[in-house]
Amino acid sequence: MKAFDYTAPVTLPEAVGLLVSQPSARLLAGGTDLIVQLRSGRKEADLVIDIKKIPELNALEFDPLAGLTIGAAVPCYRLTSHPVIQSHFPALAEVASWIGGTQIQGRASLGGNLCNAAPSADSIPLLIALGASALIAGPGGRRTVAIEDFCTAPGRNQLATGELLVSMKIPAPALQSGSSYLRFIPRNEMDIAVVGAGVSVSIAGGVFTAARIALSAVAPTPLFVPAAGAALVGQAVSPAALEAAAQIAQSAATPISDMRGSAAYRKHLCAVMTRRALEIAVTRAQEN
Amino acid sequence: MAPKVQVQTTINNEPVQFLCEPRQTLLECLRDVVGLTGTKEGCGDGNCGSCTVKLGDRIVTSCLVLGVEAEGETITTVEGLAHGNTLHPLQKAFLEHAALQCGICTPGFLIAADALLQQHPHPTEDQTRFWLSNNLCRCTGYDKIIRAVQAAAVEINGAPQ
Repeated sequence: MKAFDYTAPVTLPEAVGLLVSQPSARLLAGGTDLIVQLRSGRKEADLVIDIKKIPELNALEFDPLAGLTIGAAVPCYRLTSHPVIQSHFPALAEVASWIGGTQIQGRASLGGNLCNAAPSADSIPLLIALGASALIAGPGGRRTVAIEDFCTAPGRNQLATGELLVSMKIPAPALQSGSSYLRFIPRNEMDIAVVGAGVSVSIAGGVFTAARIALSAVAPTPLFVPAAGAALVGQAVSPAALEAAAQIAQSAATPISDMRGSAAYRKHLCAVMTRRALEIAVTRAQEN
Repeated sequence: MAPKVQVQTTINNEPVQFLCEPRQTLLECLRDVVGLTGTKEGCGDGNCGSCTVKLGDRIVTSCLVLGVEAEGETITTVEGLAHGNTLHPLQKAFLEHAALQCGICTPGFLIAADALLQQHPHPTEDQTRFWLSNNLCRCTGYDKIIRAVQAAAVEINGAPQ
């Protein structure tokens, strides 16, 4: 690795100040993307800013009204083992246990997964489905961006010079709501999604009252498909309703062909994974 | 070259100070600076798990940690498993079950399995395989490793209820 300086600020203003004065600096949370990129030369840095010593970026808090706050640097293993996440957001605990393996989860953060902005990122479709938002801090103060608007292109995101992700906020789950993320991978672990589907549904009296559906690995950015969720609202829970939503999700996808699968195969998987994810989310909603 | 940084850690229950450049990984620091060569480098990008160490309360691939990040941390490497000349039950089980051939992956498997057994005293085969999915072995075909870990679980924690 090329030489760089290292600093670990303990406050957000300090971190923002460093980013403003040295725009080529790179932020380090878990390092599972950054250190690989620095070593391979895909990215360079004169300064690496370790953000893990900033308390707000390590926050993991649940409030029944405000919902869940996940600090940008919180590693996955803290999510998989968190009792409130296991009970209120089981899909989130699952996705955190599917990113990399045990060792990667000891370091990798959802904030990093989001900022890295890979089209195949596992956590992003679920965060979109859960209606999450990103809190950003920068020289101009703070702003909030819906997760579906955060990624702008493969590897690119909304963050402007001097800005960093502080946390992700997920609304508290509504009564009779459930969510799920499913991905298709050729093996059972340690793999990158061929297609992933994140969904959430709310049900009252056997009728969908809200639904959000997003896909991974089928577009340049994680893909929010509002029409697929909207098609469920007002419908009675039925296999036909799920299938109709899955077909809308599929039609929104614009996948490419690559080593992981052809575009046609990915298209097919979009409907399959969406429908299966919806089935799980419905079951969870009916149990809540 | 960036100036070297002094890092204060606890490694295998001993206070250890070392000097490193910010660009040096914890793996490089352990092997080349501290002289603990039990931890192995396989892929160098977090896929193979050979360089697994315990860092605080979780396991990590030390090739994806900067040495400077270890400031104030507690680290366990494979050298910290045995008590003097008495092997750790996992080490004994790996020998008894022939769960290694070339041995490069073994230190990583031992540290990862030790963390597994601390969280799950009697892991199922599925749990064991899933937990160890970040550790690659090109010799054994894994079955012997899984059996060794399950035997060690019984040795350490008794027969499951």
